[in-house]
Amino acid sequence: MDELAEVLEETRALVEDPDLPSVRRWLERNPQGKVVGHFQVYFPEEVAHAAGVLPVRIMGAGSALQIRQADARIAAFVCSIVRSSLELALSGRLDFLSMFVVPSICDAARNSCGVWVRNFPNLTCRVLYLPHNTGSSYAATYLRDEYRGIAGIIEEMAGRSITDDSLRTSIALFNENRRLLRELYRVKRETPWLLSTVEAYTLTRAAGLMPREEHNALLRRVLDLLPQRQAKRQDKIRVVFEGGFCEQPPLDMLAVIQDACYIVDDDLLIGLRWLIEDVPIEGDPLTNLARAYLDQSSYSPVQRDPRKPKAQMLLRRIRESGAEAAIIAAPKMCEPGLEEQVNYIRALEAAEIPHLVLEFEEKMAVFEQLRMEVETFAESLLFELA
Amino acid sequence: MTNEGPERIGATRKESRRLLDLWWQEMTTADETGRPAAYTFVMGSLNEILRVFDFTVNFPEITALQTAIRGQSLGFLQAAEDYGYSPDICGYVKVDVGLQLKGRDHPHGKVPRPSLVVATNMCNTYIKWAEFWEHLYQCPVFVLDLPAWRGTGAEASLDSQTFQNDLRYVEAQLRELIALCERVAGKPFDVDRLREAMAEVNRMAECYHDVLALNRRRPAPFNAVREGVVYQGISNLFRGSPEGTRFFEVAREELRERIRLGIGTVPDEKFRLLLSGTACYPYFRRFVELFEEWGGVFVHSTYTVFAGGGFLPGFAYDLTRPIESLAEQLLYSAWLGFSTPMFSPQEWLAQTVREWSVDGICFHGVKSCRTTSTGLPDVREWLRTRYDIPGLFIQSDLVDPRLWAEAQIKNRVDAFFEALASRRAVAGR
Repeated sequence: MDELAEVLEETRALVEDPDLPSVRRWLERNPQGKVVGHFQVYFPEEVAHAAGVLPVRIMGAGSALQIRQADARIAAFVCSIVRSSLELALSGRLDFLSMFVVPSICDAARNSCGVWVRNFPNLTCRVLYLPHNTGSSYAATYLRDEYRGIAGIIEEMAGRSITDDSLRTSIALFNENRRLLRELYRVKRETPWLLSTVEAYTLTRAAGLMPREEHNALLRRVLDLLPQRQAKRQDKIRVVFEGGFCEQPPLDMLAVIQDACYIVDDDLLIGLRWLIEDVPIEGDPLTNLARAYLDQSSYSPVQRDPRKPKAQMLLRRIRESGAEAAIIAAPKMCEPGLEEQVNYIRALEAAEIPHLVLEFEEKMAVFEQLRMEVETFAESLLFELA
Repeated sequence: MTNEGPERIGATRKESRRLLDLWWQEMTTADETGRPAAYTFVMGSLNEILRVFDFTVNFPEITALQTAIRGQSLGFLQAAEDYGYSPDICGYVKVDVGLQLKGRDHPHGKVPRPSLVVATNMCNTYIKWAEFWEHLYQCPVFVLDLPAWRGTGAEASLDSQTFQNDLRYVEAQLRELIALCERVAGKPFDVDRLREAMAEVNRMAECYHDVLALNRRRPAPFNAVREGVVYQGISNLFRGSPEGTRFFEVAREELRERIRLGIGTVPDEKFRLLLSGTACYPYFRRFVELFEEWGGVFVHSTYTVFAGGGFLPGFAYDLTRPIESLAEQLLYSAWLGFSTPMFSPQEWLAQTVREWSVDGICFHGVKSCRTTSTGLPDVREWLRTRYDIPGLFIQSDLVDPRLWAEAQIKNRVDAFFEALASRRAVAGR
């Protein structure tokens, strides 16, 4: 097996393992190390990193874990990612956490923080209220103060101060990571035959499970190896996949789609790529992080920002990526995703952009129906565009 | 003028009908009279500010609820689903979407077009809902961030720096909202009118608490679900108005009279209950009956707290500094009156069980509302294991009649009461 194939296989194994082996390895190297877990979508991981703490993204467990305990604690009509994330914790797989943060992305997530509090009384569990009133003149100050509050908790937990310099160093590191992810996405967009969606996805997802220094090294190595890859361009339609901002589609679902289409852009794990430009290093770093969240960021159904009308942002994503169509997906029971889907569909219809609407669940295991839908969609477009 | 003696019995219902008719009359004529309308929500309505600018205020949660009580929600739900909304999203939103798509013709009257939307983040669905109106009407939408219950750890309490940071943010946003209202309504802000509205809210809050507290008595003079929804409705619709205060004075008088006469809300009160969660409106009467058939009465609920205005005991605006005080009380309500009863209600429930002589708690999860329902099974389990408080968990929906399965729900309710009776018998030995 060549080096690239080996790296991609190892990365996939890492992200599919619900026991989070990369985190365990870090703890073996850092026996006194602390870990802050955070739920989707966005969390300023630089703040944790600046204290020498490992930020870990809790993204559910897909179909890798049978839900045994969480179902007794969470009501029926709630999305799978909330349940499986709780199951990870109840099954002891997250026993290394010193803190768990839930960004206020939706009502199920916020309410689930209460479940974590009751079940893990020794774990600090915090809701992070990210602003929806993004146009308020005070929003950046509020968010800076909120970050300051979380930083204070992390400092005490880590026994180490977060200085402006340490934060600037962390910001620079994460800026580099985001640059490398943008480069990965560029390769996927311009030469999608060199990097499949599943591969790009697993490489991206790994960022939330390992130290950023290691992830940067991983991405650099892969980006060095990709141009040498022997892969032929195929006659596939170019699509944007929209709907993977929180609960993640199973890898097999992405594989089914990539068999028929090139996914040239997407919002999968958008929180890792939320900040679209480098966060400034000069000046107050917490203020810079807060302003970046508000003013230098992507878009998602879980953030209200009238300056970034989401349907328009989607159309722009389609245009800028050279996509010919869109796949609009939403996880089952996802209130923000399902509501935004209506908005997206209307905009796509008005713009006469072909689109396929799908619903998914992270733990789905049967894809035949999906395969038929995607293939039919792709073939009809190939015929139309020929 | 107060109602004397037996005339007080039934006075609350009569007054509530009068006020609801009044509100609907105002709503129905708003468009033709050119009066601007504001859409807002029960958790953080900012009625105090909206009254200053003479907005007609529409509460879509209440209009949606009313269609369900009238047995007419399904048509609106289906219209929204035909438009593209998933069966899995909030039924309140879909009823309203259906209503908007059908020209805002409601069984009770005409809902006006919005000139302004005010939503807080107390429910994230409020924001998605507001964006629907924004697309449909191109109206201004103001989202007020109310950072609230934080969880655990340092800086998560009311006396923390976190709360002070939140307060500055809320106050700044209130001033921005006032400026927006001036532009939309075309009139200047009058701080004295704000004081008047806030003074009225102070009076109403005191009466509201008095009313709720009367259910500590045995037999309970009202049902916190059946009558509670009316109290919640009026407390929101007439928040800051003399009519709202007067309504609760009437309710208080009637309930005191019921207590004096020994009239309970059920003829033979056997079990006292709490409701954690919301109600089921398409089968509202039946929902209550299932419990009353066992002599069960809901004496209190988290619903009357988080959906009744978030009034906390001791609620009082300081009228010498109205905007600052509005921000402060709003934030207290957000932390303790809205988010804690939804996300971390267990200690309040346990305390209320002790202080109100409660026998058990009904946890009602609804598909439409993950905000209130997500953690209910866990709260039930927590109270059972820590305090040995019996709990019943049932599920249906706020407004969707398709999600009511009476046989299954009745089985669970009956089993719950049998267990309560057995528990009482064992305790009596």
